[in-house]
This record gives sequence, structure tokens and C-alpha cells, in this order.
Amino acid sequence: MAEVSNAKLRELEDRARLLRCHILKMTHQVQSGHPGGSMSACDIVTALYFHVLRVDPRNPMWPDRDRFVLSKGHACPVLYAALAERGFFPVPELMTFRRINSRLQGHPEYGTTPGVENAAGAEGQGLSFGVGLGLAARLDRKAWRVYALLGDGEQDVGQTWEAALAAAKYHLDNLTAIIDRNGIQQEGRTEEIMPLEPLGDKWRAFGWNVLTINGHDMRQILAGIDEAHSHKGQPTVIIAKTTKGKGVSFMENVVRYHGAATTDEELKRALAELGEAVP
Amino acid sequence: MKMESQRSYFAKALIELGEKDPNVVVVGADTTESIKTLDFGKKFPDRLFNVGISEQNMISIAAGLAAAGKVAFASTYAVFGVAHTYNIIRQNVAYTKLPVKIFCSHAGITVGPDGATHQLNEDIGLMRGIPNMTVLVPADAPQTAKCVHAAAAWPGPVYCRFSRTNFPTVTSVEDPFAIGKSYVMRDGDDVTIAGCGIMVSRCLQAAEELDAAGVSARVLNVATVKPLDTSTILKAARDTGGIVTAEEHTIVHGLGSAISEAVALEHPVPMAMVGVQDVFGESGEAFELMEKYGLTAAKVVEGVRRVMKRRGR
Ligand SMILES: Cc1ncc(C[n+]2csc(CCOP(=O)(O)OP(=O)(O)O)c2C)c(N)n1
Repeated sequence: MAEVSNAKLRELEDRARLLRCHILKMTHQVQSGHPGGSMSACDIVTALYFHVLRVDPRNPMWPDRDRFVLSKGHACPVLYAALAERGFFPVPELMTFRRINSRLQGHPEYGTTPGVENAAGAEGQGLSFGVGLGLAARLDRKAWRVYALLGDGEQDVGQTWEAALAAAKYHLDNLTAIIDRNGIQQEGRTEEIMPLEPLGDKWRAFGWNVLTINGHDMRQILAGIDEAHSHKGQPTVIIAKTTKGKGVSFMENVVRYHGAATTDEELKRALAELGEAVP
Repeated sequence: MKMESQRSYFAKALIELGEKDPNVVVVGADTTESIKTLDFGKKFPDRLFNVGISEQNMISIAAGLAAAGKVAFASTYAVFGVAHTYNIIRQNVAYTKLPVKIFCSHAGITVGPDGATHQLNEDIGLMRGIPNMTVLVPADAPQTAKCVHAAAAWPGPVYCRFSRTNFPTVTSVEDPFAIGKSYVMRDGDDVTIAGCGIMVSRCLQAAEELDAAGVSARVLNVATVKPLDTSTILKAARDTGGIVTAEEHTIVHGLGSAISEAVALEHPVPMAMVGVQDVFGESGEAFELMEKYGLTAAKVVEGVRRVMKRRGR
């Protein structure tokens, strides 16, 4: 990947701000869903959908597309927002999120929502699914790549480590895992509920190439993905240090916003902070 | 009767399939030699993935392969392949409608000496309860091979269960096989005996004994438990007025339950169910266990007597 211009970086940052507004409004209109982990992953997902992934919104099932596997399915508001802004379906449809008869299910459904690559909701399955995709690409000698976004809470799930072993066994260098290391899971801090550190050492010991970045710094995200691409013979995991609820001061690092929508009043303040004109 | 290995036929069919279709891949979980998927791996080394003792991983990897256009078989012992992995199958395979073919050996009580931890008598119920799943229970070794080919051609997810133990061969390689069809193995008007898996051979034996006593029994091989061939089953209910089901599986939510649901809704007739009675198994040789847990021709005959008495024939 060539050096990214400052203008491009600004554009991506603006885009991420827009997606954060969507996340807040989507969860607010239905008073449910998971804003916190959607906002922590927002810059990563933006970088992927608006700079990295080779996908075609007019042909979502294009066989040679890159695959983005959202393993932490509860963060689907960020995925839906990115897909809509990328043109996979109309932006107004975002406001049907979690409503009856909507294509935008509370957790992602495969085959219904254009651009969604996997069903998720039960944590811990996505990396294995990504391994399967990566193996298929290799068998077919295809250049498309697989990106799997994992939560840090998902590091508690045994299957994540089953997948880590398998990806290392098969030297899947077409697979990049990104861990949204926001330090919080459903009920509190990861280090209290189930300590993970030293997390990078664990992945290294499992045979992975490990990178650590600031998951809210566009330049670092793109550089990390670049480095993952050029690393051969091993899968790469990018541990992206993030903040749950990132972008809205009163939501940052607040456990409650894992699975709670904003009130009317909070939504106004949040959107104002993100620079959106209040409706 | 000739006794043959379902695993051997399974393995041979997989290789035939692999030769015809380069998209066929197999994922295993440290049991590949035992269930003979290793034969496929020897032939096609880059298309067998042994992921070790990680069955959840096995299922999701197979789903990922299927999502990228592969015909993915996931194969191990039933208790690990479908009980240990229930919610993975539910989310990554069935909800996703991906063409993952879960073929599990060592189902049922005929696992034998390994005991109750390894004898899964609940798999038919577990799998038929999930939307989008297709559930196959071949009666013998030749039919197991046909299941492999039919499953590969079937667009959605499939679960096929078979046994560690050699089964009496009751079908021939020439017999037709299609997913969703039940087959009349022997015609009769007085009563219907509907079995799956190894119990088909016991049903045929029971029908012989009944014939000698002047009772003409129709025997159905219900090789597809889901989607159930309701037209053949309801016709049998109408023609014969009573049904006995027989399965090497718990009677709680298996073949007997599936048939009774269909019959109760459309044409209720007296029924009896032969199967494992909501208990765990134990160690023993397969045929000793079948005797002890009531999976015998004699139990089928007993069921027929009860059904005929209830309807006053
Ligand atoms: C197997 C499973 N168990 C429990 C849950 C309920 N749950 C939903 S999200 C979550 C915490 C997720 O934490 P993490 O992966 O760190 O996500 P993030 O904090 O980034 O949103 C839990 C426990 C689940 N979805 N799946």
C-alpha cells in the first residue's frame, strides 16, 4: 500500500465520525443494541471498508472479494453503518435495525444483509470461520484476504485458541485477526473478569506474528494492516488498543454502554460532541 | 446376513466424490484414521484438514470453507461432532444455510465398550430440532455411500449419522436413494414397522417372524428423518392402521417422535416406539447392549402385538 495522504486520513476520520453518529442513532431508535463495542471498533472498520477491502457493493458475492468476518457479532451496528455508507444498501435502512421484518438483525445473519459474510452472536466462532475462508482461498490460489475482528472478551472463548492453533499450523498469512482491545467486556474490565495479559505473548506463543497499535489512529491502523500483508508464512494478529464507547466523552470506558442505548438527552449531547447538527 | 462397515463405504464414497469434484474438502478432528477420512487425505493431501481435538473449530472451519464455495465435510465421532458443537452448528452452519456435510460415525449405543460418554443417543433429536438441517440415518453400509453422494449434491447443511459397528447389509448398491424418501423394504397390510439405521435389519427380522404368525407387516426404511417423507408414512398409516417405530436412539425426540408428530397431525393411529428409553448406556459389546436396551426384533414384535391389540385386530 502506498503512503496515505493526509487528505485521505482526514477523509477516513470524517467517515468514522459519521459511522459513530449512525451507531448512536441506530441503537437509540430501538433502545437496544451494543454501542460501546461498535464505537471502539469504528476506526478499524472504517479503515477496512473505505480503504483496505476489495469489495464491490454492486456485486456483494463477487468471488474474489476480500472477506471481513465480524466475530464479535453484537458490534454489528458499526458493520451495518459501514456497509450502508459503502453502498451495499440504502443508508435510511439503518433505522430499521433490530425492528420486525428488517434485514438488519440484532446480530448478523448471513445471506440476508448484503455484504455480511458470517452469522455471529455467540462469541468465539469467527476466527475459525476465517480460517476456513483462508484455507479455501489458498486451495483456489486466490489473492483475496480474510480479516477477522475479535473482541478482547472473545479471548476467553476456547474456540478462539483452537482457531489460533489451526491458523498457525496452516501458516495462513492471508488471514489477519484484529483484536479490539478495549479492556472491557459485558460485565466489567477484562483484567478483572478473566485476565488476558500478557496477551501479545500468548499469541506469539501460538505461532502468530503480533503487532500492537493504537486502534483509533488511522495511520497506525493502515500501517498495521500493511505490515500484516507483507508478513509471510504466519498469520498476523493486530492488537488494537481502543477505548470502549470512543468518541463520546460520557460513554468512554463506561461498562454500561456495552449493551445500553443512549436516552434522548444523551443522544443530543453525543451527536453534538461528534459535530453533527442536532436534528 | 452380510455384515459390512459403514465407515469403509463412507471413505470410499468420499474418495469417489473427491475424484469427481475438486471442490470437495474434509475437516477432521484427530479421529481421521479411525473414521477413515485419512484415506481421502492420502489421496488428496491438500484437501484434508486435521484440526486436532477442536470440534467447534472443525465445524466453523468447514463453514468458512463452504462459504468460499467448497463442499465441506466435517467428520468425527457423533458425540464430539454434534453434541459438543451444538451451538456452533446452529449458528455457523444451519442459520447460515451453508453446505456443510456433517458425517459422524460412532453414533448410538453400538459404540460399545467406550461406554455412555461416547454413546450419543440424542443426535437425531438435536439435529432435527434445528431449522434448515437435513438428517440422514442410513440403514447399512451401501446406503451410507449413497448418503455421501446425495449430501454433496444437496444445497444445504446435512447431518448423517452412522455406526462404529458393522451393520447387516439390507440394501443393494443398485437400490435408489434420494434425500427425503422413505423406502418400502417389504410390503404388508396389517401393520407398519418404520425403522432407521441398524434397526431396519431388526424390523425385517420381526416382519419375517410376524409373517410366520400370519401378520403381514410393511417395513419402511426411513433413511431421511428430516425432511420426513410424510406421504409414504401417512399412506402407511392409512393402509395399515398402526405403526411401530424402531431406532438406535432415545425415543424422546428421534425417529419415533418425528413419525408420531406427522401421524398425530394428519391421521392418528396406534403407535409403539422401540428405542433407548431415556437412559444413558454403559460399556458392553454392541450386540449385548442392543439386547439389554431393547433394540431387538423381539421388541419390535412386541410393539406390533400391542398396536394390534389396541386397535382390536
Ligand atoms: C458465547 C457467548 N457467551 C455470552 C455472550 C453474551 N455477550 C455478548 S457480548 C459479551 C461481551 C463481549 O466482550 P468483547 O468480546 O470484549 O466485546 P466488546 O467489549 O468489544 O464489545 C457477552 C458476554 C455471547 N454473545 N456469546
